[in-house]
Amino acid sequence: MGPSGSGKTTLLNLIGGLDTPTAGTIAVDGQRIDQLGAGDLARWRAATVGFVFQFYNLLPVLSAQRNVELPLLLTSLSAGERRRRALIALTLVGLADRAGHKPKELSGGQEQRVAIARAIVSDPTLLVCDEPTGDLDRATAHEIMLLLQMLNREHGKTIVMVTHDPKAAEYAQRSMHLDKGTLAPAAATA
Amino acid sequence: MIHLVWAQLFRKKTRTVLTLLSVIIAFLLFGLLQAVQVAFESGADAADARRLLTTARYSIIEPLPMAHARVIERVPGVVGVASADWFGAKYQNESNAFAVFAVDPARYLDMYPEFRVPAAQREAFEATRTGAIAGRRLVERYGWTVGQKLPIASEIHAKTDGSLNWEFDLVGVLDAEDPAVQANTDMVLINVAYFDEARQSGRGKTGWYIVRIADSSQSRAISAEIDRMFANSPDETKTQPEKEFAIGFARQIGDIGALVTRILIAVFFTILLLTGNTMAQAIRERIPELAVLKTVGFSDRVVTLLVLGEALLLLALGAALGMLTAVSVLPALNGKTGGRFPPLFVDAETWLLAALITLALALVVGLPPAIRVGRLRIVDALAGHR
Repeated sequence: MGPSGSGKTTLLNLIGGLDTPTAGTIAVDGQRIDQLGAGDLARWRAATVGFVFQFYNLLPVLSAQRNVELPLLLTSLSAGERRRRALIALTLVGLADRAGHKPKELSGGQEQRVAIARAIVSDPTLLVCDEPTGDLDRATAHEIMLLLQMLNREHGKTIVMVTHDPKAAEYAQRSMHLDKGTLAPAAATA
Repeated sequence: MIHLVWAQLFRKKTRTVLTLLSVIIAFLLFGLLQAVQVAFESGADAADARRLLTTARYSIIEPLPMAHARVIERVPGVVGVASADWFGAKYQNESNAFAVFAVDPARYLDMYPEFRVPAAQREAFEATRTGAIAGRRLVERYGWTVGQKLPIASEIHAKTDGSLNWEFDLVGVLDAEDPAVQANTDMVLINVAYFDEARQSGRGKTGWYIVRIADSSQSRAISAEIDRMFANSPDETKTQPEKEFAIGFARQIGDIGALVTRILIAVFFTILLLTGNTMAQAIRERIPELAVLKTVGFSDRVVTLLVLGEALLLLALGAALGMLTAVSVLPALNGKTGGRFPPLFVDAETWLLAALITLALALVVGLPPAIRVGRLRIVDALAGHR
């Protein structure tokens, strides 16, 4: 957590390998990702990290299932196997019956579930979530946080989440505050 | 990946369809104009380097004495001579016009070994004074059958009774394997022995000579020698290699090649601007989406190729549909020319050229946005900075 402009998203981008530091080092799970070239970093992201954004960032021209399949296009899996895994991921987030729907045919909460399914379909160890409930109402935000909690507790996903919302932060096992570039520990709440 | 490129391409259906239509029209025009150019050049393409054409010195419509044949035959290096005379034919009505040549059957067909006539039909043509053979495409167009009477009216030659209506016996069908040669078979050949005897005027004269020589490298010298033989006579000649004659004949209408090239440059330049603008706009709108692809692990190179693939797909689809439309309308156009124009067709070279133009356009149109997207920083793009 932290105030606007404190660098939360920048930190998240660095951890997720979306940005590279101008100074210092970044190690994720022991791997120095600041030393990776652009191609290797892309491969590392594909294998290791799943991303969930505040505004879902789904491709509007693709169905929910095709959106979820996107990370799998980089693998050697057959079309059938990609489809099967995408459906499993959608089932996990409770949206198997919406597989053929385009994003504009889904509610905000459903879109975020599809985004979560896309984030987990390649079975990454780390989920990076940037304000995942920032665009949702209270009830839907609660559902999304329960889903992320389930992924953490039952599927062993490490989740690094940035939020403004103290309610969302209550689901975290460990909270940190970032202010003016300084990361300060906060009390565990969940 | 193809479905991804396809889906992205049709993100804004109206815009893509309109752009696609303009590409289709451009390639339709390309297919048709190239067919015209190919048709005009088909005579030159089918030309044999060992054939010369001897016409009257100042105009092809001036007849030459048939006696010239014996003189030309004696020129060193000449191995065969055939003559042909323009008949000027109409069949049934004014619009059904095609070429009819009065020839010595054996000499003429020997001169063009690329023409295919079944041996029995060739023998019948040689033996029948009123005999005629017709190109396969004409036979199919008018539903003729071998053995039938062929009533043909001449625009030039009257019979001794003053009538312009002639009747021949169709004894054979002329064909060729090479499409460029086949384009030159839309004609009817009649026996000059009968024609010359039955016409009211112009007896003992012919239109031009086809001269076969032993060595193509000697064509200039032999041409000069033939013309020298008739210099200062009432019937001076102009002899030139068949290819030169064909090109010169086609250019009587105009330099079709240059004309077609200029039109197509204008057309494709317009397409370049149009598709370039469409692609740039389409990519600009999708920068955050392309950043999402990079986020989930697509490398810079893959995203670059996706954008390039989109440009290629748009142009290839338009090119294929445009060329196929050209191929499908050409038979109808050929039917309407009534044989006054060489048959139009899209040859393999035109397809290859279309493919190369498509590729070049895709690179010019697709590379700038593709490279830009490839270099895009994910965090900037996700933040909405372009």
